[in-house]
Amino acid sequence: MFNFDFEVILNNLPFLWEGLQLSLLLTGLAVIGGIFFGTILALMRLSGILPLSLVAATYVNLIRSVPLILVIFWFYFLVPLILGRPIGSFYSALIAFTLFEAAYFSEIIRAGIQSVRQGQGQAGQATGLSYFQIQRHIVLPQAFRNMAPILVTQGIILFQDTSLVFVVSLRDFMTVSSIIARTEGRLIEMYIFAACVYFVICFAGSLFVRRLQKASIA
Amino acid sequence: MIKIEKLSKWYGDFQVLIDCTTQVNAAEVVVVCGPSGSGKSTLIKCVNGLEPAQEGRITVEGMEVTGRGTDLTRLRARIGMVFQHFELYPHMTVRENLCLAQQKVLGRSRDEAVAKTEALLDRVGLSQHIDKHPGALSGGQQQRVAICRALAMDPIAMLFDEPTSALDPEMINEVLDVMVELARDGMTMMVVTHEMGFARKVADRVVFMDAGAIVEDRPTEEFFGAPDTDRAKDFLSKILNH
Repeated sequence: MFNFDFEVILNNLPFLWEGLQLSLLLTGLAVIGGIFFGTILALMRLSGILPLSLVAATYVNLIRSVPLILVIFWFYFLVPLILGRPIGSFYSALIAFTLFEAAYFSEIIRAGIQSVRQGQGQAGQATGLSYFQIQRHIVLPQAFRNMAPILVTQGIILFQDTSLVFVVSLRDFMTVSSIIARTEGRLIEMYIFAACVYFVICFAGSLFVRRLQKASIA
Repeated sequence: MIKIEKLSKWYGDFQVLIDCTTQVNAAEVVVVCGPSGSGKSTLIKCVNGLEPAQEGRITVEGMEVTGRGTDLTRLRARIGMVFQHFELYPHMTVRENLCLAQQKVLGRSRDEAVAKTEALLDRVGLSQHIDKHPGALSGGQQQRVAICRALAMDPIAMLFDEPTSALDPEMINEVLDVMVELARDGMTMMVVTHEMGFARKVADRVVFMDAGAIVEDRPTEEFFGAPDTDRAKDFLSKILNH
């Protein structure tokens, strides 16, 4: 039968930890950036100003019709052309993820804004608050509360998607695992371990989502 | 103070307001009534520009609401509005509900805003609920908080859009009592309501609307004593005889 040797994991822990850090960092920054730009896109789309909503809608539909891996390539090769100098794999991947996720987040946030009763905005208007004050203090806080579970779910998907950065030769957790697997000849052990780590992180994430959902019902 | 002149409004091809003309003088209470769908709520929402109208004009203390160049946010800050469904901000406490616009729009300091908030809540008997979220209050309490939120801006006039229609019957009076008191204090009020008891008690005039038009606009006693039109008679007999 197989002769498993899980010591390979222990021996390579620092290397694996570096990979995991990169995955988590990329996820965290892309979620923050994605929500930030996604909110702007959602507000543009709902602004009722035709040019703004058209630009936002075009962007969202364009990004959502191409595979993520293509967007990662685009930014890896295009951004240096535009800037005239390379910016490194990490930053090009971060920009790609942020702008890609912004399109998905904007759709979630748009639905969240629309889930807030129209009268809420009118109540703000009636007291003389400006459009941005109404969004900032009244509409968006309620929208994010309603959408929190879906935002976290999207974050989990993003975390899984970060494994695609191997195409620009970044060493995320998945890439590191497969490098070790191949160089040490311990494919099965390493892929079982990688699966376990992804499962634990993502499952913890979904438990968190379930708690958020319960909280939002109560 | 509030002047509505030949106001007309369409939703697409459907005309919701037809040539409406009326006014509310300072310290006057005007009740707007009529069957549902007659345009009462739309009319009152035009007064502070929440609904735009296509024709005619509205002025509030000489400022034109319907004008293109008007700073609507500044105007709205001076007109209080109370909604059918309260529209308190559910994610904020009662205190924050009342303080938000005071600080952001009027530029009051935190201390001033809180002091004003406490005084108003005290006046309507809700001081003990200042730290609660609206969801923890009854409908009647929420509507009284909503009235306080509007009053916190020191408005020159108050608009009420069916303030008791969403309330359980036993809570209607606690809200009406606050409104009666406001009227007695000399507040200029425009009230869309079906509460004819309230109208009789405090209204100086009644505006009766039907199918988007103002059909009658008369002193309260005359309106209830001898309505001019069959439509008003019909409406009153339906709403009073049970």
